[in-house]
Amino acid sequence: MTGIVVVSHSAPLARAAVDLASQMLRGDGPEIAIAAGVADSSAPDGLAIGTDAAAIAAAIESAADDHGVLVLMDLGSAVMSAHLAVEMLDPELAGRVRLSAAPLVEGLVGAAVTASTGADLEDVAGQADLAAEAKRMQLES
Amino acid sequence: MTTTVLTTTELEDWLRRAAVLLTDHAAELTELDAAIGDADHGSNMSRGFTAVAGALDAGDFADPAALLKKTGMTLVSTVGGASGPLYGTLFLRLAGATGGAGSLDAAALGEALAAGVQGVADRGKAAPGEKTMLDAWTPALEAFRGAGDDLAAAVAAGAAAAARGRDDTAPMTATKGRASYLGERSVGHVDPGAASTALLWQALAEAVSGAGGDSAADGEAGR
Repeated sequence: MTGIVVVSHSAPLARAAVDLASQMLRGDGPEIAIAAGVADSSAPDGLAIGTDAAAIAAAIESAADDHGVLVLMDLGSAVMSAHLAVEMLDPELAGRVRLSAAPLVEGLVGAAVTASTGADLEDVAGQADLAAEAKRMQLES
Repeated sequence: MTTTVLTTTELEDWLRRAAVLLTDHAAELTELDAAIGDADHGSNMSRGFTAVAGALDAGDFADPAALLKKTGMTLVSTVGGASGPLYGTLFLRLAGATGGAGSLDAAALGEALAAGVQGVADRGKAAPGEKTMLDAWTPALEAFRGAGDDLAAAVAAGAAAAARGRDDTAPMTATKGRASYLGERSVGHVDPGAASTALLWQALAEAVSGAGGDSAADGEAGR
């Protein structure tokens, strides 16, 4: 199955988004890896708000299989960290990674459901984008 | 005592001084960020460079590239916010540009800095004049490369230009990053990333000139 990586500034936000998406899945779902927060020894859970390119690269590696990996991100600098993470990867794997422009929650739900059907990376990425569009259509109708 | 080349010893001295300076100025950087961003730049930079100092304590580095790469990877994993990937990319590109050289003279450091600054521009998809750290890096790099072969003089020129570049961000309108949401309201505030860049240059100038003398490099400089 196409793997999915959730990149967020906030670990609780990422976990909650994955919980939400998981409720849509029946049986075996895709591998969903989280890369959220940055190391901070002074924080209660060891994490501060932020994104960590090295953690994103590791999450991509853990979620990867033959189908590749779709990466969903939250705000601004998550995109910069994800770009840097892709540069850190083995070029062969980097070629099977797509960064999604979809909003995190809508994109994740669309991607997870699609990936669970065994769809390839292109389809999963396409459905993530459509999931965002669906909300706009819902508001317009 | 001044130094004519940077080895791992002087680079360590630079980064330790940077950790101290950024921590001393953390409140000020956060205040700048509160005006036009999310009020975390000081704590982020202090946390990141303090982690770098810790990694330097724990590590043993064969050459400048290894030390600079460790610095970049540490910043990427501890700074958070946009400065993590930006400063991380800067140091990773510095590492890549130095190859396996055991020391960097002014020309080699100039080439490495040029690669690093280009990395920041690429990562942030930014150009000078957009009220970002590039507005300190770009004039600093130009001044450094225009100052000739004397490392101390070139770094001093770079540091002075970085400080001017920082001040020159005040009248600019932000078009990149979170400050861009503020548009015209960002005018009148110095960019926090440009301010932390000026501090990095100040730390480098102090390391090269041997000022202060409170660091591990005492007695080693110039070798």
